[in-house]
Amino acid sequence: MIFARRAWSVVWKDLLVERRSKETLNALAFFSLLLLFVFQFALGPDRERLAAALPGLLWLGFVLAGLLGLGRTFVLERENDCWEGLILAPGDKSAIYVGKLAANVTLMLVVEGLILLLFAVFFNVDLAPALTGLALVMILGTVGLAAVGTLFAAMTAQVRARELLFPVLLLPVQVPVLLGTVKATEAVLLGEPLGAVGHWLGLLAAADVIYIVTGLLTFDFLLES
Amino acid sequence: MTADPLVRVTGLRKAFGAHRVLDGLALEVRAGEAVALLGANGAGKTTLLKILATLMRPTRGTVLVAGHDCAREPERVRPHVGLIGHGSHVYEDLTALENLKFWTALAGLRAAPAELAGALAAVELDRLAGERVRTFSAGMKRRLSLARFVLARPRVLLLDEPFAGLDQRAKKWLEEHLEAFKARGGAMVMATHSFGRELAVADRIAILSGGAIVLDTPRASLGPDAIARLYRLHTEEGA
Repeated sequence: MIFARRAWSVVWKDLLVERRSKETLNALAFFSLLLLFVFQFALGPDRERLAAALPGLLWLGFVLAGLLGLGRTFVLERENDCWEGLILAPGDKSAIYVGKLAANVTLMLVVEGLILLLFAVFFNVDLAPALTGLALVMILGTVGLAAVGTLFAAMTAQVRARELLFPVLLLPVQVPVLLGTVKATEAVLLGEPLGAVGHWLGLLAAADVIYIVTGLLTFDFLLES
Repeated sequence: MTADPLVRVTGLRKAFGAHRVLDGLALEVRAGEAVALLGANGAGKTTLLKILATLMRPTRGTVLVAGHDCAREPERVRPHVGLIGHGSHVYEDLTALENLKFWTALAGLRAAPAELAGALAAVELDRLAGERVRTFSAGMKRRLSLARFVLARPRVLLLDEPFAGLDQRAKKWLEEHLEAFKARGGAMVMATHSFGRELAVADRIAILSGGAIVLDTPRASLGPDAIARLYRLHTEEGA
């Protein structure tokens, strides 16, 4: 109960600060818009090329926006040495990890929703029939991305070359998640039933569980060191 | 005063690579007692406070706070320690009340709205409870930082230059609060560069030089000039 209350306090604080400052959301929304302009120019009006590239492009957009957002997870904590306050707070530090992860997932899903909407508008694609399947893949993929991203953001928060180190560490670990999400998205957009991509969804769920458990077990050590 | 010291440091060494910042340091602080640490820049005052707060691990030696080993059982030490360092540990985009609510919940404490309001009133920020911290002065942020400890009630306060950047009124206010903390049986270790009025709250003065405490003496009989003389005599800065 105390663990949940502590985790919730971190979610509440992070989302409240973001709602007021809008630092990450504004930057990510603008970045998503730019990305779509680039994709639009690169692909042109060819519908067949678009259909083949759409799942990859969608996740490229999600991952790039995610990298920017996740990398900022602990920027807030550097202000007024709040990082020290987190370390000194008595109790299990993994509650902070869960809170940060939940806040990151929420923020990323908001941005991904926006990217999805912009994709539909820019490329004139009807995503409505695939929305349920797409939502499931997005949630599973985002949790996997955020679980490792939150952990690595903590690891690199006090490092000088964190902007460089963070994606270099994160992307190789994300290979199973990226593979699963792109393949599952491709199938869902082609109108295949969710059962047909069950093995990819299973892979994503397994990766999520492994990444979250790793985060829970190692976050305390990372924060302290 | 109780027999067992709340802070007991013996043979403390802290090295960064080959550089020994603290070497063979010993210190005891009892309940209701305040020790002012004086020393030149780089003497290791902040390092000592960080070790006592469990933010840093000692290289060698024993550091006990409230009977718990800072290196082996930091989680047992933390509920007993309050640190006011260079950073105020407050979020600029949250209000004073929201900051207090967050830190209280994170510490696993349950505080009713009346208790939160009471803590803000204790540090004279009750009228600004709904104001964002971004608009606060350095003194107000430090007061908000202290409000956390009104609720958490640590037994040991660690203060790094607590009076720096405060105006006369804020200094007086802080002095009174630290005296009240001592009167309730709290122990304090305070790092400072000041020889003046700020030392009034201290019962002892400990001069840190060469990685160890070279002089530990009661403050009561010493005026600012005497303290400055002792400081010059015992530190490399004065050599």
